[in-house]
Amino acid sequence: MSAVTSQTLQPPLDVARIRADFPILHQEIYGKPLVYLDNGATTQKPQSVIDAVSHYYAADNSNVHRGVHALSERATADYEGARAKVRDFIHAASEREIVFTRGTTEAINLVAHSYLGPRLQAGDEILISHMEHHSNIVPWQLLCERSGAELKVVPISDAGEIVYEEFERLLSPERTKLVAVGHVSNALGTINPIEQIIRAAHAHDIPVLIDGAQAVAHLPVDVQALGADFYAFSGHKLFGPTGIGVLYAREALLDVMPPYQGGGDMIRTVSFSGSTWNELPYKFEAGTPNIAGAVGLGAAIDYVNSLDLALVQAYEHDLLDYATQQVSAIGDIRLVGTAQRKAGILSFVMENAHPHDIGTIVDHEGVAIRAGHHCAMPVMERFGVPATARASLACYNTRDDIDALVRALQRVHELFG
Amino acid sequence: MNDLRDLYQEVVIDHGRKPRNFRALEPHSHEAKGFNPLCGDQIALYLQIENDVIQDIGFTGSGCAISMAAASLMTESLKGKTISEAEKLFDAYHGMLTNQENLPDTERLGKLAVLSGVREYPTRVKCATLAGHTLKAALSNSEKPVTTE
Ligand SMILES: Cc1ncc(COP(=O)(O)O)c(C=O)c1O
Repeated sequence: MSAVTSQTLQPPLDVARIRADFPILHQEIYGKPLVYLDNGATTQKPQSVIDAVSHYYAADNSNVHRGVHALSERATADYEGARAKVRDFIHAASEREIVFTRGTTEAINLVAHSYLGPRLQAGDEILISHMEHHSNIVPWQLLCERSGAELKVVPISDAGEIVYEEFERLLSPERTKLVAVGHVSNALGTINPIEQIIRAAHAHDIPVLIDGAQAVAHLPVDVQALGADFYAFSGHKLFGPTGIGVLYAREALLDVMPPYQGGGDMIRTVSFSGSTWNELPYKFEAGTPNIAGAVGLGAAIDYVNSLDLALVQAYEHDLLDYATQQVSAIGDIRLVGTAQRKAGILSFVMENAHPHDIGTIVDHEGVAIRAGHHCAMPVMERFGVPATARASLACYNTRDDIDALVRALQRVHELFG
Repeated sequence: MNDLRDLYQEVVIDHGRKPRNFRALEPHSHEAKGFNPLCGDQIALYLQIENDVIQDIGFTGSGCAISMAAASLMTESLKGKTISEAEKLFDAYHGMLTNQENLPDTERLGKLAVLSGVREYPTRVKCATLAGHTLKAALSNSEKPVTTE
């Protein structure tokens, strides 16, 4: 863990105000105040997001891009307005580069299907890391099975960092057709050196997909500065609704990609002698989209912008350091994932208690954490554990939350000691 | 409010930590593997059955306290039982965990009754039934590993 930059006693974020914005946080579980530390799975939603979705259905609901009536125009404006917010948020060059999907998983599958699938041949390689989420592994395995290409995996160190020399060694100018890595690991918290990875891949004209699911709520993202060719994320991990996500892709790539699914909205003309495709990004959005989800995502981005992600990042960094110290001090605990650069995630195992038992016991103290393989079974295998317990932070968490977690873990100790 | 101690009784913690009959039985006449993909719990169960009676039983694997204790207590309860007695025990045990109304039939369940607290925790019922499902598979000599999903 890198040294804490802020020695401030007062958090630079007004966390009390932030907490007041999230109605779900103010409830009791088993008679104890809820402490929500499962933000890696999904974040909670501020009132403004709940209101935006509700207002959309109460006032503007209609189908998009079709009607000539007033409601349809409003719904279209809401939906396209959300796209513009996403473009600004990740600093894309154009709204044509923002494709709405169901989430990160669908975004990655879209790239597998429409970008890499048609290009991949036997003998080609796809390069990923050992710490990827299953959604950044399985779509590539499916492609490899079909094409005879090979999935290459960059190993990770005991601290949970990409072994960069191995990445360089495995990056083949001739064979590697795509590099796909996570920005932030959901199982380990590691922030990967994606700038460096993208630069190295681009030196050989190899495109790079970044799985940003665990990044966007915790650090500022600028896809152009990064040079990412594809960047995928989910609305629900960014204080937005479930069922909406984003694929950012460079326009030049989207232009030459065939559609993902066929149907309404994605066509320009349809006739039985053949159909032509709609312009970007609609070519990749077949059928009636999740309009309310997009509206909610737009509201979530407004919310995050009102906080300043750079401040959020500094605050969470400080909180993670505190959590790391406090949890390590319990003894009998092994942290899984101790990278130099980390964001918001504390994975650990206890000598005497299985993660599943830890999860049940701390839940009884009102503390929600996740226990399991976190959809990253290869990571569990790498660290020789069947599962870990994972506390994952968001900007509304406080040192009090960490103290509650520590007290709950002491209860585990009492029972299993 | 239910108490954690109802779930994690001393006996459960003891068996979870030091499972009995924890070994791969050789020779054995029946075996099966069980897996809970949700949390990674896995067990392999081995039985030596002669003349319809479970002469010996053992298991290996890894998992949470509930799944290990359930497997350990189950193996203790099964030794010397006939196959039909074993099946009846499984049914009573399963009933205890999934049927909220009836009180556990402690007489029939014996030691396994200490796991009755699990029924207050629907997400943990799978942990407690993994060994039972694996037993069923072993008795039918199923080749396919059972999963709780
Ligand atoms: C790193 C990472 N990638 C991908 C995903 C998949 O996201 P979704 O399930 O929203 O498609 C997740 C969510 O758990 C994740 O943490």
